[in-house]
Amino acid sequence: MKKKDVILAACILAIALGGLLFMKTRDHQKGSALNVMVDGELYASYSLDEDRTIRLSLDGGENTFRIENGSVRMLSADCPDQYCVEHAAISADHETIVCLPHRLVLEIRGGEEKDVDA
Amino acid sequence: MTSEKVAKIGMFTALAMIFGYIETLIPLNFGVPGMKLGLSNIVTVTALYVMGAGPALAVTVLRIFLVSMTFGNMAALMYSLAGGLLSFLGMALLKKAKGFSVVGVSILGGALHNTGQLAVAMAVVENIRLASYLPILLIGGTATGFLIGLASARIILRLRKAEHA
Ligand SMILES: [Zn+2]
Repeated sequence: MKKKDVILAACILAIALGGLLFMKTRDHQKGSALNVMVDGELYASYSLDEDRTIRLSLDGGENTFRIENGSVRMLSADCPDQYCVEHAAISADHETIVCLPHRLVLEIRGGEEKDVDA
Repeated sequence: MTSEKVAKIGMFTALAMIFGYIETLIPLNFGVPGMKLGLSNIVTVTALYVMGAGPALAVTVLRIFLVSMTFGNMAALMYSLAGGLLSFLGMALLKKAKGFSVVGVSILGGALHNTGQLAVAMAVVENIRLASYLPILLIGGTATGFLIGLASARIILRLRKAEHA
């Protein structure tokens, strides 16, 4: 391994760490709603305040997820890769669970920051 | 193109397919879309150093089509192609630049491979938020690229020794 190799690796890791830090600073607040996106379009929206299990039957296949205590978890899916099922639960604003084979994105949205007293 | 070259490209492609198959058998799931071990990259890196850019590109494209058709599907083909070509381009250019070893070339290849796959994933689900996976994918790509670079360096050394023997 040469000196330039080390510099290259350090640069890539610096970009990655910068990205992680950037996300830490803006994605810490709790979300209030879950948006279900299919093919990039808003398919449905649910409040995170209400615990419930939702089963989606899409063109690509089936996904079942659960909203509980303000966080969302994929319970099961019939996609080949199962990435979405193994993904950790999401609860913070902007966090996503993606089911790529089904072109499905679960996305947490918005805290209640607009609730300002005049 | 000499028949020796054609034979070598065929042999490298067959090897890359075996690596690709082994990878589908390893139940290693990083929980991030687009993240793979990239074992077949050992063959691409080795081909790049032993045969040059042209034959290495042929091996890469052949391998991606054959592996996707045999063990995957059309979606898999798109991800592999985006990742494989971006990674190949970066590695071929970096190899031409002075001062980088096999390991550096392979590290860039690993990082670009994951970046290309994520870009296709973002286009497929039409969601820019997927970019939040990029840091993890870059770190993973650097780590796997490093290991694959070390392995490739050993293989290249042996092949060169064998050719001069
Ligand atoms: Zn899935």
